[in-house]
Amino acid sequence: MVVLKDLPTEELFASGHRLCAGCGEGIINRMTMKALRGPTVIIAATGCNEVASTIYPYTSWRLPWAHIAFENAAAVASGVVEAYKAMARRGVDQGHIDVIAMAGDGGTYDIGIQALSGALERGHDFLYICVDNEAYMNTGIQRSGSTPHGADTTTSPAGSVIPGKPEWKKDLIGICAAHGIEYAATATPAYWNDYMTKVRKGIEVNGPAVIDVLSPCPLGWRHESARSIEMVKLAVETRYFPIYEFERGKYKLNLNVSKPKPVEEFLKAQGRFSHLFRPTYRKDVIDEIQQNVDVNWNRILKLCAN
Amino acid sequence: MTVTGMTGDEAVAHAAKQSKVDIVAAYPITPQTIIVERFSKYVADGEVQTGYVCVESEHSALSACIGSSLTGARVFTATSSQGLALMHEMMYIASGLRCPIVMGVANRALSAPINIHGDHSDMMGSRDSGWIQIYVENAQEAYDWTIQAFRIAEDMAVQLPVSVNLDGFIITHCMEGVDVLDDDVVAKFLQTRQPMFTLDPKKPVTVGALCFTDYYFEFKRQQVEALAHVQPVLEKVAKEYKNISGRGYGVLDTYGMEDAEATVLCLGSTAGTAREVARKLRAHGKKVGVVKIWLYRPFPIDEVRAVLKNVKALAVFDKAISFGAQYGAVCSDVVSALHTAEKRPKIFNVIFGLGGRDIKPSDIEHVFNEALQTAKSGVIRQETLFLGVRE
Repeated sequence: MVVLKDLPTEELFASGHRLCAGCGEGIINRMTMKALRGPTVIIAATGCNEVASTIYPYTSWRLPWAHIAFENAAAVASGVVEAYKAMARRGVDQGHIDVIAMAGDGGTYDIGIQALSGALERGHDFLYICVDNEAYMNTGIQRSGSTPHGADTTTSPAGSVIPGKPEWKKDLIGICAAHGIEYAATATPAYWNDYMTKVRKGIEVNGPAVIDVLSPCPLGWRHESARSIEMVKLAVETRYFPIYEFERGKYKLNLNVSKPKPVEEFLKAQGRFSHLFRPTYRKDVIDEIQQNVDVNWNRILKLCAN
Repeated sequence: MTVTGMTGDEAVAHAAKQSKVDIVAAYPITPQTIIVERFSKYVADGEVQTGYVCVESEHSALSACIGSSLTGARVFTATSSQGLALMHEMMYIASGLRCPIVMGVANRALSAPINIHGDHSDMMGSRDSGWIQIYVENAQEAYDWTIQAFRIAEDMAVQLPVSVNLDGFIITHCMEGVDVLDDDVVAKFLQTRQPMFTLDPKKPVTVGALCFTDYYFEFKRQQVEALAHVQPVLEKVAKEYKNISGRGYGVLDTYGMEDAEATVLCLGSTAGTAREVARKLRAHGKKVGVVKIWLYRPFPIDEVRAVLKNVKALAVFDKAISFGAQYGAVCSDVVSALHTAEKRPKIFNVIFGLGGRDIKPSDIEHVFNEALQTAKSGVIRQETLFLGVRE
């Protein structure tokens, strides 16, 4: 586990970026930078993180950083990893350079899933971080494959007939683990040492690794900016977002939640679920979500028991 | 130098091998497949040190190439038709980020209906993507241009991607004698890539930043400037290449243009057939000629004007339709180039060969006769001629 006194004071993600107040991404970027092992290159997908941190002629990144497009961070990272190796073979040895791809949930669960799957199957040595705020926030809060059931987004609006998104969040870790990669994990910035330890683990793995880090979005989740960390903590404490890892074929629960709070506490704190409480209390939908949380938690416990 | 029997695809693969590319990221598609198959074998047999990224789509192929190119590596890929269409988004990013990637394009028709044979619909669909676009006539040219393409792409004044276009099946799969240079001669001609900047942790740069209304336009204007450098660089490279190979190249090639009154202008393999027909007609005293465009983008406006200044009638061949436009893309370019010329020929457009429809010498002779008639009468009988189609 990472300890506070070991963290570098150097800030590779500079202040002055234009992320919203309370955005989880800035916090996650900073934590990621402090968990690096050495020279590193970041490959970014299109999204909030990219548009808010590199508005030409400014940049917040004090390390090599490249954004190519929305759906291909994993493919670009493949090319970068293999090119450093190929150039070393012809004598241009720059020492080992770690490669991290960063994308949102839209760029990972949806449009980028093919490129991610291909890169995982090929086994390139890189870490893929999905900064998961559970919708397309950059384009104005549209639903993604990561958006939870019942959430109100601009393309899964809570209407008089349909109460928010009808579908459930995809199992990204399961999909990644099915590729037989060495390491995949979930995390949130609320448990900083858990996240940073996982970043370092993902970097140190000899091959592809994936982290799905839940990132609070005050604008999309509709909560006060000051309560961002509280939101992702609630996600864990209600068992809505279990914190676990998949390492060399074994699942491990990293944060046990023995006395879970009802998921309702997580839901009612956020405007994206407010239609489940007002004007009518939608017990049916809330119960359905609670049931799904319980089933998912037991599923993960079972995986971890093996 | 040794003459070896090769298909066009094999010639391209061999040229990429001798160019000592660091990375090949590619996906198979007919009729490009032989290129990636041959290259995979070079890797498997340890004949190259290249990293071969066997990606899951053409979109990822070009994405990986862009990532590799940004590290300073020499990068090659190849595709065709639907694959090129899938790369379309990435093509603009490759040129916008100034990645000197070289790509072999086995030109093939686009769906629907699906068809695997050769026409230029694929590359014409990416005509405005900011890539340097070269069309070759045969396997020898495919080999020679692939090698020269790296020098042009990587030149400090250019820094742009190049597509080397070869007609599907007609060139890609046709076995010809190819005069192959020695490995060390190619190595000396190309040297290693000297990149302008790289993803180097010692000198960090941000690539692909967001540019709004205040800067985007300037970046695009710079690409126009870079393209303006292509022609002089190409001519310098071609001169050096002639010294090592004995084969001379340029922006275009001509036949019979010293006195031609009726001319055919085309790209790619059609030029060979056109030249053969012109040779026969000239033997009968007909003043006909052929202009073959090697460098299609940036379009060699001055050279096209100069070579056509005394021509009375011109038939421009397009192996793709620009739906809803007056002419095919090549004809539109020629008409634009001649718009301000004091003397210009009567021009008509020939749409031909779609989906690999064969173009026979008799077809081209028919066009020459039509052009000769126009040269004599000054009258264009048909502005667009669909050659060889059942109507």
